Order: sequence, then C-alpha cells, then structure tokens
Amino acid sequence: MKQILAAAAMATFALAGAGLAEEAYPERPIMMMVSYGAGGATDFQARIVTMTAGNEDALGMPIAIINKPGAGGRVGWNWFATQAEADGYTLGAYNIPHFIAQSIEGGVQYGAASFEPIANWGADPAVFVVAADSPFNSMADVVDHAKANPGKLTFSGAGLFVGHHIAALQLEKAAGVKLAYIPNNKGGAGAMKAVIAGEVLGGVNNLSDAFRAREAGNVKILGVFDLERSDFLPDVPTLKEQGFEIDNASVNFRGVMVPKGTPQPIIDKLAEVVPSMFENARVQGKMKAGGSPMHVMTRAEVLDMWAAREKTLKDLLAGL
Amino acid sequence: MEFLAYFGDVFAPVNFGLLLIGTIGGLILGATPGLSPTMAVALLIPFTFRLEPAQGLILLGAAYTSTVAGGAVSAILLKIPGAPANIATTLDGHTMAQKGEGARALQLSFLASAVGGVFGVLLLIFLTPVLAQWALAFGPSHLFWLAILGVTVIGSLDSSSVVKGLLSGCIGLWLATIGFDDIMGAQRFIFHSSLSGGINVIPALIGLFAIPQVISMFAKGRRRLDAEVLSVARHPIGAAVREVFGRLRALSIGTITGSIIGLIPGVGGQIAGLVAYDQAKKLSPERAKFGTGHSEGVIAAESANNAMVGPSLVPLLTLSIPGSPTAAVLLGGLLIHGIFPGSDLFDNYPDVAWTFINAMLVGQILMCLFGLYVAGLAAKVAQVPNNVMAAVVLGLAVFGSYSVQNSMGDVNVMMALGTGMYFLERFGFSAAPLVLGLILGPIAEANFIQGSMIANATSSVGAYFFTGGLNLVLIGIVIASIAYSVWMELRSRRVVTKDDAVAKAEAAL
Repeated sequence: MKQILAAAAMATFALAGAGLAEEAYPERPIMMMVSYGAGGATDFQARIVTMTAGNEDALGMPIAIINKPGAGGRVGWNWFATQAEADGYTLGAYNIPHFIAQSIEGGVQYGAASFEPIANWGADPAVFVVAADSPFNSMADVVDHAKANPGKLTFSGAGLFVGHHIAALQLEKAAGVKLAYIPNNKGGAGAMKAVIAGEVLGGVNNLSDAFRAREAGNVKILGVFDLERSDFLPDVPTLKEQGFEIDNASVNFRGVMVPKGTPQPIIDKLAEVVPSMFENARVQGKMKAGGSPMHVMTRAEVLDMWAAREKTLKDLLAGL
Repeated sequence: MEFLAYFGDVFAPVNFGLLLIGTIGGLILGATPGLSPTMAVALLIPFTFRLEPAQGLILLGAAYTSTVAGGAVSAILLKIPGAPANIATTLDGHTMAQKGEGARALQLSFLASAVGGVFGVLLLIFLTPVLAQWALAFGPSHLFWLAILGVTVIGSLDSSSVVKGLLSGCIGLWLATIGFDDIMGAQRFIFHSSLSGGINVIPALIGLFAIPQVISMFAKGRRRLDAEVLSVARHPIGAAVREVFGRLRALSIGTITGSIIGLIPGVGGQIAGLVAYDQAKKLSPERAKFGTGHSEGVIAAESANNAMVGPSLVPLLTLSIPGSPTAAVLLGGLLIHGIFPGSDLFDNYPDVAWTFINAMLVGQILMCLFGLYVAGLAAKVAQVPNNVMAAVVLGLAVFGSYSVQNSMGDVNVMMALGTGMYFLERFGFSAAPLVLGLILGPIAEANFIQGSMIANATSSVGAYFFTGGLNLVLIGIVIASIAYSVWMELRSRRVVTKDDAVAKAEAAL
C-alpha cells in the first residue's frame, strides 16, 4: 500500500513537474534531425532557417542540426519515428513528398501519422530542363518527340519515390506518353550532370539547382511543375499553362516536425514561434541569396497539405 | 595569369590567420579516424556564416587540403586510414613505421602530398575550361568500366595470394549490396536495424583496419608488456626531400593518376590513392619490395590523393555541379553568401574565386611545413605503451564511427566487421581489397543499371557499353591490367602455403 501511495505521489509530482517544464520550454538547446547529409540542400536550408532560434523574440535557445543520412532519408525518419524522444527537444526536418511516398511504397516504420508538423519553410518545385544546345524549346516539343518515339525519350531525376519521380509520373499521365525515366544515384547534382553532358535528352530537377545551371549557361528550363510561376523564373511557364493537367504534388516541401506524442502545449508553442522565425529578415535574405525559394506555412496549413498529398500520391503510385 | 593579381589577398592578416587555422585544424581533424575531409569541411561551414565570402572559402579550402594529407598520419602510425583516400598509404607507410622509420614515412608522405597538391591546383588554375569538358565526357558506361578497372586491381593488392585477394574483394562487393539499393530502392540483406542505411565506408574502414590491430595489441599486451613499443628514428628532412625527388617515377605516376581520377565526377579521391599505388607497383623494377615498407608506395599514394584535390573542384567551379561529396559541401559554403559557382563566379567574383584557389596553393605549402613538424613529434606518439595505445585507438575508432552519422548502428557495424577481419587476417586475407570492393561495388552497380536503362531506351546494351572511343580505351586498359596480373602470377608463383601466409600475417603485426 505504502508503495502504491508513494508511486502515486511520485506520478503526481512528475506530472506537475512536466506541466512546469512545458511552461518554461525551452530551457535547454534543441536539436533538429535532418535525414540528409551535411551540405545537401535540405541541410543547408535547415541551418539557415534555424540560425535565429536563439534570439529572444524566437525560442531563446539555439537549434543544433544533427544529420542522420542514409537510404534516401529512410534511416533518419525511421529513427525519428521510433527512437526520438517526444519531449520537444528533438525536432526533425521533413521532405514532402519523399517520406509520404516512401511510406506508401512500404518497408519503413513511419507514415504521415507518425509525425506532428510544426511549420513549413520552403517549397522547391521540380522543373523540366534540357541542355543549352537541345533542339527542344517547349514542353510541347518534348512531348511530340516522345509521341514519335514512344519509350525512347530518356530523362534523368534524383531517384525513385522522390519529387522528381512523382513529376515524371504526372507528366507521363497528363501527356499520355511513355517516357524513359532514368533515376540517378547521385541525387539532383548527378541528374543535372547527366543532362549537361548529354547522357540523357532532358531531366527533372530542383528549381534552385536548375536556376543556377541556367545562370551558368548550361541548360534551358522548359516548364515548372507547380500551380504558379516561380519568382526566380518569371519567364518560365508552368506545365499547366502549357496544357498539361499537372498540380503541385511533386513540389518538394521542407519544414519542421516533432514525433507523435510530444505534449500539446509544446506543439502549440512551437507552432506559434517557428513560423515567425522563418519570417526573420536575415533568414529571408540568406535564403534568397542561396537561390532557395521560401514558402512559410502554419501547422494547420501543413496538416491539410500532408493529407492532400497522401491522397494524390496513393493514386499516382497505385499503378507501380 | 589573373590569379597572380590576387595573391596579395591571401596574405592579408585575417585571411592568412584563417589559412593557418584551417591548415592546422585540418591536419588534426584529418589525423582523427572517421573525420573525413567531407565531414571536416561540413563541420566548418557554420563558422563561415559570419565571415566574408573569400575568408570563408579560404578556411574551407585550407581544411580540405590538409585533412586529405592529415589522414596519412593515422594511416602510417596507427594503420587506420583517416579517410578512404589514405588506404594505400597504410600498405607501405605502416610497415615503415614498424621498422622504426615512422618519421621518414611521414616526411615522405607530406612532401609527396605537397608536390601532388600543388600540381593539382596548378591544373585547376590553368586548364579549368579544358578539364571541364573532360569531366563531362565520363558517362555511366565509362564509369562502369572504370570501376571494373578498379576491380582488376583487387587481386594484386596486398594479399598473400591473388585468390585470397579476389575473395576478400568479393566479400567487400557483397557487403556493398547491403541496404537500400541506390537506384530502385529495393531492400537487400537488411537483417538488423543497424544495416538499414547500408554499410557506410568510413565506419567499415575504421573497423577493418583498426579493430584487428586493437585485438592483437590487447592479446600481446599481457604476454610481452613492453616489447612492442615502436621506436622512431630521427630522419633528416633534407634526406627526405632528396628521396622524394629521387623517386621521380612514383611521384609522377601518383600525381598524374590522382589528377585524372580526381577530375571524374562520382569517383573522387576514394580510389585515386589505390589506383596510383597499383600502377606505381606494376611499373616499378622493385615491385617485389612494395608492401614491405617501400618508399615508392607511400610517395605514389600520397601524391595521388592530394593531386586529386584541385581537379575535383573543376566540375563545381565551372559547371556548378559538385563532383564529390566534399565539393557539394563547398557549394553550400558558396551559396550561403549568394555566390553561384560557374561562369558567374569568375566573371563577377574574381576576388573570391582566385583568392580561394590561391589559398589552396599556399595551403599546400603550409600543410607540408606543419606536416614535417608533426613528423618530428611522431616519435612521442609511438612511444606510448601497447596497452594504452590499444585503448586510445579503440576509443578513437568508436568516436570516429559514431560521428559520421551520429548513429550507434555504425559503431556496431564497425565492431562486427573489425572482429571478422581479425579472424580473416589470421588466414592471410587483408583489409585493403575488401574495402576496395566495398567502394567499387556501388559505383559499378549503379552505373551499370543506369547505363542499361539508357541503352534499353535508345540503342542496345552492347552498343552502349562496347562502342565509342573512351569505352574502348578503358576496356583496353582493363584487359591489359588483367593480362599483366596473370602474367606476373604465372612467372613468379606467389606464396600460397599456409606457413607463408602465417609468416606474412606475423610480419604485419
């Protein structure tokens, strides 16, 4: 009996303690897991958008980035879903559509339901690129060539079950043609090299990387896989403008999340503070300089976006 | 000659201070097992946020240069390559250290690094536009043949027999298939959660080289407590300089091989040292001495892995495509300041571009000077008693494997592979071919699959892989390499008996 009482008393204290801890949150530095390697686009952006976390008007505590790369992000997200502590001191970066597509494909220990989104910082749409000396000048040229040579139009992308692959599937479906998508094992950079070197006739790539490659005079950008034109490329029409029914399902959204089971008050506090952190002028300036398009979304908006994305991806990937 | 105009900037007080910090810090980071050049540069990126673009790049460039060379320190003294680039250095370098010539091996390695490194950066300065076209010439089929060329090296690399070399190479190739495959995302041989990300090369490297050492040090420690302390004879620097330039063949083979391989995106410095070592061995009249502490081995390997530094940045600086993981990290360092590599860099920010390149040139010299100083201190490291040394190495091995991806799974992989390697070494197998298999497997596989996908969509697989000048040249080299190995094997049957293997294993301890 004594033991039970003691246990009950301890539990009460623990609960009270937890309540206090939530009010004071955060009282020590926070870590954020990035499931891609140091120096990659996600890591690079995560470091910029969290650099003002220590400011008094933000969280008041710095955020340290921890990289857990491997298997296209699966290693990091598996760890985040199963082993990360849900105490608010372990944040994670998400990449949509990657982790949702992987959970639909199977073989991983997470799904959209394993995580609680906090806020979205960036949206990097996929674009269609061809080499600077390519005869193609519009998506219509590309699709005409593909219709004349079914299955022979080779184009590169960063891998399977990533945004580029989704864009490729959407293009095949919308244009009603068969294409030869060549996934690259070196990610977006490898896929871009294949286009510039003429190993493939075209490619799907990240807007930010394609923008740089165009500045360097190496590629032409024929279309954006998004609902609207990008501020970085006002002269490039979307796929929709060119007559293909393609939405923003392939856009690479990046943001912050916590594991399921994190106390609600902490989620609320983060959901309130983190978006304002992304709006910081210094953060915005650095992101723009690096050619990384920003798109700040609140927790509610991200929840809707995740749900919508999961539905679209299930339909698209059903045939695979 | 534009780069000369910006030489003064390198010696501005702040810039030069950063160059010194980058060089010395890089040497220390490089000498720590597990901290590869890529990681060292990535660790420094946050520090560059607050610096001017040129200053940030000086720090990163200096760190890149000297971590590659710093890896030789642990390769020579501890037989743990600091990074894959230093594997070949262990083969002769550590044997030299065991003979008490650690200081000489270090001096040779830093001098050879500086010669190779300066040559590589000069290539970057003068031939960048030409080299950029070269870098693009290597498509999937060529990279596939290049990887196969690497496989032909496996058999003749540091084993008691060709068969055992090939066998351990095959173990490495199998280990490389574990995890999600690179292209299709299929799961292969994931029988434990530690393996879900596949076997990372760095923890594998540490485990395979360091753990057998640690086990034998502990095993011996009790029996002959103070018998194993390495003695390091002092070695005059002048003699080392004369020796490096006396071994002109090894030096030039290493430098040229390293420059060519460094240029090819996706292959990088991991195999530059090994291929150069193998070529130097095959073309040397004293080839029998390789593996027994022969200076040509150290010179070829170290000049190659530093020669690769300059050319490896060509695709990044001209085409804005990072050709190696380290280049990808450097790209992040440029983007943070709003500078896009490519023609924009040289046209609009010549002060940044040229100061960076010049800093790497000066960094090579500084690296060499500090390296030679470190070589003098090597005597002290080697005087640590065996049992203490084993504990230190074990600690470094655990730390190094954990830090790569902040994952305990990697530490498990490192320990498991290392323990397995301890027993394999008893039977005359050696770690270098195994690691080479682990590195080459994914390159060969991914490029074969990509190539055949492109081939199936356009022409036929046969035409894609077997026609075209570059393919034929590479196939020719592959055939020559195999024929040479067969010929050598027939001419002088190498040791295959168990006694010989044991004798060699003993000699290696």
